[in-house]
Amino acid sequence: MQNKHASNRQFKFSFHDLTHNKGFSSFSSALMAIFLGLIFGFIVMIVAAPENAISGFSYVVFGGLSRIGDVFYFATPILMTGLAVGFAFKMGLFNIGASGQYTMGMYFALYVGFMWDLPAGLHWITAIIAGMLGGMLFGLIPGIFKALLNVNEVITSIMFNYIGMYLVDMLIQGNAIMYSSPTSRTRYLPIDAKIPSLGIPGSNVNLGIILAVLIGIVLYIILQKTTFGYELKATGYNKHASDYAGMRGKRNIILTMAIAGGLAGLGGAFFILAPTAIAGSSMTYEPINIIAANGFNGIAVALLGHSHPIGIIFSSIFISHIQRGGTLTSLVGYKPEIIDVVIAVIIYFSAFAMIMNAALSGFIKNRLLKRNAKSKDSEPEIKEAG
Amino acid sequence: METVYYLVQNMLPVAIPLLLVALGGMFSERSGVVNIALEGIMLFGAFFGALFVLTVQRSSLDAQTILILGMLVAAFSGWIYSLLLSFAAVTMKANQVITGTSLNLLIPAVILLFSKMTFNSDGITTNISFYIREIPYLSKIPVLGELFFQRTYLTVLIGFAFLIIVTIVLYKTKFGLRLRACGEHPHAADSVGINVYFMRYAGVSLSGILAGIGGFFYAVGITDGNVSGHSGVAGFGFLALAVMIFGQWKPMRILFAALFFAFLRTLAYSVSLIPFLDNLGINQTYYKMLPYLATMVVLGFTSKKSRAPKAEGIPYDKSQR
Repeated sequence: MQNKHASNRQFKFSFHDLTHNKGFSSFSSALMAIFLGLIFGFIVMIVAAPENAISGFSYVVFGGLSRIGDVFYFATPILMTGLAVGFAFKMGLFNIGASGQYTMGMYFALYVGFMWDLPAGLHWITAIIAGMLGGMLFGLIPGIFKALLNVNEVITSIMFNYIGMYLVDMLIQGNAIMYSSPTSRTRYLPIDAKIPSLGIPGSNVNLGIILAVLIGIVLYIILQKTTFGYELKATGYNKHASDYAGMRGKRNIILTMAIAGGLAGLGGAFFILAPTAIAGSSMTYEPINIIAANGFNGIAVALLGHSHPIGIIFSSIFISHIQRGGTLTSLVGYKPEIIDVVIAVIIYFSAFAMIMNAALSGFIKNRLLKRNAKSKDSEPEIKEAG
Repeated sequence: METVYYLVQNMLPVAIPLLLVALGGMFSERSGVVNIALEGIMLFGAFFGALFVLTVQRSSLDAQTILILGMLVAAFSGWIYSLLLSFAAVTMKANQVITGTSLNLLIPAVILLFSKMTFNSDGITTNISFYIREIPYLSKIPVLGELFFQRTYLTVLIGFAFLIIVTIVLYKTKFGLRLRACGEHPHAADSVGINVYFMRYAGVSLSGILAGIGGFFYAVGITDGNVSGHSGVAGFGFLALAVMIFGQWKPMRILFAALFFAFLRTLAYSVSLIPFLDNLGINQTYYKMLPYLATMVVLGFTSKKSRAPKAEGIPYDKSQR
């Protein structure tokens, strides 16, 4: 379409095609939300300590580059929870319970890692699969409640966040093999239960990120190329129409929530089964009755990536990047929490960035059209664009 | 009997925040806006209420006066914060759940940031006691006096007063009728000249006010006047949503739902004081899970015939009539 008209209305039509392309508008509205969020963070920094604001802000934006291994390591769990939220969102389900599913996945993975004795190559794979099953369990229950009893999945999955948190903390504290009371954390995992490292010095980055990206791509294929994916999206667009078309809505709800839970559970497994930079050690978990932040960050990732698996891959790396940058701002006296503020603001704006974006592009377009009005004929597209 | 008195006296300060916040959620949903940001609004209200208490606690003001003034501050700040939701959800027609979630994420981070920068701590610690040993005269009433007017907080009485006001506003005023119409069929309401946008702003604002107060009352009655960015309000905003659904969006039923959850929670935290439960030797964590598990079970039984406002969650668009 673009080429046909390229000869005489080149500029206008490329603009029109661009702004009417769904992928582009998601991308540009995400960029706009990010921009506004970063500006907000910058203002907070100026208010807090004006003299360091520039250097602090440059840490936020560029600091992650110096710790690229860690950026990818910390992107892994939020990529998975992001997929968990985004996948359910495609069906119109809001899986706010990614935290609970993540925690359960982490516990199952830890349990297999500590308690089962398996051959070296098999141990970490089994632990990862166990993590997936743990998450699935906690996704399945809200799914069943939603499908069969019509209980709002938001409430159910929030309740399961708390249930999972208390349950896991209790189970870990009650298990002397997993829990070391003096440090009040879990012990170091056996060597063969850890996911192989990618060998970037000074970081925890491991095979998990590659698996996570592959899972994201698989999900994209499922959503785009399979009947299940089609039914899922159709249900998300219009529940009644898809019911009328004979799609099995209840089965799909349960299946979607179970898959979403499994994804979040994998996130927990990838996070906790990681080797650390210090030889022989591993990531540990501290059971202090706090809901896993990675679950909620997954919501941010999913929203920023517009629930699109490929978008989520990039948004998770971006969020992880500014989080790493945020921890570096403490070098010039800021608190890392500033990044959580920035992320929340980004989501707030991304909730209506699409609308703002449409309004803005309509405005710019009208301006351009007016400027070019002398040489051009009237355009039928103006109305639908605005 | 001592145990019953003890449980009721400890249950009421827990039930009141749930009640107020659930009533707030009810106003919002009855006007057609899903308010998942209750948790964040509570924390926002609690934070400013506590900040106010912190600034005036050295003055000669009486503790109960400070409580009432703090309540007003919390109500005002809750209202301001809720405007962010109404702006996004009503004016910008954004997804209400997403906006609410972002508001929930924002406030703990802001509190942590602010408190770490100003007080070098995770939140605000006040040292004023709002506890009332006994209310004069009323506490002398047999049984009732001991249940409601001894070892309590002023928040309990204020909470019940709000319940009565809310019931009257919702069912006996023109405003209440119009608000309910906007949540059921906004286009019909619009066609008879009701400003749907205004009513939705009003619904969300009322929920902001009530949730702000509820958050402050949570800080007063449960965390001893302190607010922390880490533990926040411990999911009470979400529990209040469950209470609201369990209460079928009706004030009186919401009261009973709130009492039910508060009772379970109080039980969970006083297991060691009740000889019968203590002797069972069950890990206390199970009791802590009980309110959440009970929510699930109760919702499982009640949601089939749930009567949610028909238009909740759908942004109102005039042109889609």
